[in-house]
Amino acid sequence: MTETIRTDAEPLVEITLHVNGVKHTAAAPTRRLLSDFLRHELRLTGTHVGCEHGVCGACTVLVDGTPMRSCLMFAVTAQDYEITTVEGLAEHVEDSGNGNPPGAITIMPTMSPVQQAFIECHGLQCGFCTPGFLTTITAYLRENPDPTETEAREAISGNLCRCTGYQNIVKSVIRAAEIAKERGVGA
Amino acid sequence: MKPSTFVHHAPRSVDEALAVLAEFGHDGKVLAGGQSLIPILNMRLASPGHLVDINRVAGLASVEVTADAVHIGALVRHAQLEHHAAAFAHLPLLRQALVNVAHPVIRNRGTTVGSIAHADPSGEMPAVLALTSGYVDLASSRGTRTVAARDFFLGALESCLAEDEMATGASFGFFPPGTGMAFAESTRRHGDYALAGVAAAVTVLDGLITSARASFVSVTPTPDVLDLSELLAGNAPEEGDWAKAAELAREHVDPDADIHASAEYRRMLVGVLTARVLAEAASSAITASVSATTTTTATTTATATGPARSSANADATRA
Repeated sequence: MTETIRTDAEPLVEITLHVNGVKHTAAAPTRRLLSDFLRHELRLTGTHVGCEHGVCGACTVLVDGTPMRSCLMFAVTAQDYEITTVEGLAEHVEDSGNGNPPGAITIMPTMSPVQQAFIECHGLQCGFCTPGFLTTITAYLRENPDPTETEAREAISGNLCRCTGYQNIVKSVIRAAEIAKERGVGA
Repeated sequence: MKPSTFVHHAPRSVDEALAVLAEFGHDGKVLAGGQSLIPILNMRLASPGHLVDINRVAGLASVEVTADAVHIGALVRHAQLEHHAAAFAHLPLLRQALVNVAHPVIRNRGTTVGSIAHADPSGEMPAVLALTSGYVDLASSRGTRTVAARDFFLGALESCLAEDEMATGASFGFFPPGTGMAFAESTRRHGDYALAGVAAAVTVLDGLITSARASFVSVTPTPDVLDLSELLAGNAPEEGDWAKAAELAREHVDPDADIHASAEYRRMLVGVLTARVLAEAASSAITASVSATTTTTATTTATATGPARSSANADATRA
């Protein structure tokens, strides 16, 4: 068997991204979409790729805290921003529970209010669209901490879900706002 | 669906961007928000060899409200303009139309000037630019020019931008005091491209309509303005002949049929929407008219000069 030697290898550029508070550097072509860079180069596969033209919302990430489509941004452009993916939504709480030696504190990851609400309200079935919903709703509740059901529906209008029929996702938005209030922190 | 290969340029100033365009503009595109361009690249409907990514260019992200217009730079995102309080106070039509531009997440990234430069007949903001007698600021390494909306749009997805030129900003002119504005469109799903959309401005002076104009989304090849003043001037704003105006609008537009709707259905929508936005604009004109005559607010002063500036710039020349 002869080995094929590629002579037309695409030039790569070094791309440095700040994702979920961590600095990553990897080489990729300039045409690499942010969505693909997160998944392929950084192995952060929580961000899902659906339609690749901005319609479905599955790839939504937070760019400096604002939800944007990662399939409609190049990784080279994204270098200037702080990116938050679904992997970065969990909160970290101090746990001084029974398992610890006296005085020691363990930092435990905990579902964010939006994630917790999706669990409680059965806001997902197959889960493909969920990362986009979680990021979109997280940002939305920061601006609108007390949405009505109509507002919740409007807030998720840019994200498609083929399983749930949206009813439980709307419930999740309302419930997430409650949980955030119960915890006394932002969503 | 992945874009074809391209060389990525990330200039930090307008001059740098223009230098790149001068060299590679014949095979290049300017990338701002990318919410229309990147889908086109992903689907390989276009494959430019060079992308001039202007997101790092300084000085293009401001909204400025002056005596006669709202001026925006090429990096002003739709959401930024939508939530700009002074822009809304002086020209409510901006927000009325912007909330119809795709979804909030798209508006967080997409730019209004980019949407105008894209010259999509389904775009809301080209129609608003036309109705407000707005203009676009263009720059190349050869100089700058200002082009009125009516001269900027040449056809579907076609503007007068030369290959070495970029749109650095756009301005939406104010209407005379006592003008009410409204926007409405019909879509298959929330946030989709409009099957048809109408923007309207109705001016009321001393209890009578003095002027009424409308522009259209998705049903004309370029966003032209239909002047309904002859029909409606002299009528009380509560009693305009909206049905006749709707008929004129239906005759004016030239919709295409596609998988989403027939041409005839779109034409019907134009009639319904035109009657609706004219009535709504006339109704808010009454309020605007009252506040214009009884107060001396900044709005009144600011709108006094009207959109004359853009006409003066219609025959802009290269510097």
